[in-house]
Amino acid sequence: MKITREDVIRVADLAYLELSESELETYRKQIDEILEYIGKLNELDTANVEPMAQVLTDDQTADATLREDVVVPCNVAPEILKQAPDPEPPYFRVPKVIER
Amino acid sequence: MPENWTIDRVREALAAKKISARELAADYYKRIEARNPELNAYLTLSKERAFAQADRMDALVAAGKPLPALAGVALAVKDVISTRGVRTTCGSKILENYIPPYDATAVERLEAAGAVILGKTNCDEFAMGSSNENSAYGPVRNPEAPDRVPGGSSGGSAAAVAAGLAVVSLGTDTGGSIRQPGALCGIPAMMPSYGRVSRYGLIAFASSLDRIGPFASNVRDVAAVMQIIAGRDANDSTSTTAPVPNYQAEAEKPVKGLRIGIPKEYFGAGMDPEVRKKVEAGIEVLRRLGCEIREIRMPHTDYAIAVYYIIATAEASSNLARYDGVRYGLRVDGDSLLSMYRKTRGAGFGAEVKRRIVLGTYVLSAGYYDAYYLKGQKVRSLIAQDFRDAFTKVDAIVTPTSPVPAFKLGERTNDPLQMYLADIYTVTGSLAGVPGISVPCGKIGGKLPVGLQIFGPPFGEGRVLQLAQAFEAAGGAGL
Repeated sequence: MKITREDVIRVADLAYLELSESELETYRKQIDEILEYIGKLNELDTANVEPMAQVLTDDQTADATLREDVVVPCNVAPEILKQAPDPEPPYFRVPKVIER
Repeated sequence: MPENWTIDRVREALAAKKISARELAADYYKRIEARNPELNAYLTLSKERAFAQADRMDALVAAGKPLPALAGVALAVKDVISTRGVRTTCGSKILENYIPPYDATAVERLEAAGAVILGKTNCDEFAMGSSNENSAYGPVRNPEAPDRVPGGSSGGSAAAVAAGLAVVSLGTDTGGSIRQPGALCGIPAMMPSYGRVSRYGLIAFASSLDRIGPFASNVRDVAAVMQIIAGRDANDSTSTTAPVPNYQAEAEKPVKGLRIGIPKEYFGAGMDPEVRKKVEAGIEVLRRLGCEIREIRMPHTDYAIAVYYIIATAEASSNLARYDGVRYGLRVDGDSLLSMYRKTRGAGFGAEVKRRIVLGTYVLSAGYYDAYYLKGQKVRSLIAQDFRDAFTKVDAIVTPTSPVPAFKLGERTNDPLQMYLADIYTVTGSLAGVPGISVPCGKIGGKLPVGLQIFGPPFGEGRVLQLAQAFEAAGGAGL
């Protein structure tokens, strides 16, 4: 077994993801099977292989230089706040996090 | 009125005043009304925006002004691509009421080129799936065989074009999500090179893999859409300044003498024998066209699915952290901030998305990073090297798009690993960053479409289109 019930609980906690009892066991089994499959990568000796950190090679990247830091008008705050589940313009409201 | 419009025919009809852009859009909405209850290809219709755009095109016609390249062309957009003022759900309950305040660059460019956005198409939740059965809004049905899946994740975009409910559409491809549904629905479908089309406004799944690309009823129309969406965008730092050639002109070039690599590894176990027959017949068509067919080796092909499900899930676990119930989308109240996050994400995401977040978080977590994520990135290098080596010997690589034709709804939903294996021939190109197209290569029993996949070197879209168009013209779809 590659992944235990405790692993799934720990990882779901890291990802702030609430899982039901049945989800926990189903995902554990399925992910275990997937990790078992992924284990085939160990057939390959990659000691001298560089990880592929980016897709484009240096000669394909758009521009080595950064763009100019120019201020452009961007008055979209009201529209963005309209999408919030609990807006209190100009803020997003969340449950209390600081105890007085 | 012709049943199946192409970009050229729309232009000619508008210019000759045989039909107005408004009438054309209204006709498409009539078709959608008739077929969509069965197919479920569209999730949201953007009639107001479509008719306003159609009227702009009609005003150009009335004033005798030149028409832009895609004037009046009915376009469907996958629901992971942002559209200003038009609901964009990503096929997820967590974004059920989300209305983007801006357009994706690809959408903005297509509309500026005259296209009429009919609406947003169904897809697997956050583009995670190979059958469209992971949509929170129900599966899409394959127009060619309604008891079967259209493929995924861009199932709605593929089905919309295949059923004549749009002239062209946009999909996204992370591991095969354009090419595989294109194959299963029997239409051409292109994944451009990484960096060729701006991802600005594409709601992220796996940022080193995600690409936007077109579906159309013919290769010439694929080239026309590519022409508009390709090119540098200051809003996507991974979009390149590499020059954009004239794709329709490239597609017209003769293919005689081109060297085609056939990698042995793409014809192994797990492939439906009927698919093999069609693809082998397709390769014979290319030979008859004067291409030089060579067997090649791509020794790391068999490891691609394993690498993909490390890298794609790792990137997804990070990208999907943003759905926390604070700034947009669903919120489920909890008695603390953290419990609000947990409940919101637990209730808002579907099973496949949760599974991938758990897997992706696991492969990145302390103690497992080296064994999984780093190992995956190293093998990804080997897969990219396979492609570089191949392109020193051949001009293009031809393979099947999918090992199987469209399967029945429900047939694979209980076994995620089996579902993942539907992408064995497409994920390689995704990991390597190269362009690929799927073109129709006959139908099994005259009913179930098969796709032929053509890979080109990075930024070799022109060559890929050239081969695809020659294959299409030689009757590839009728094999």
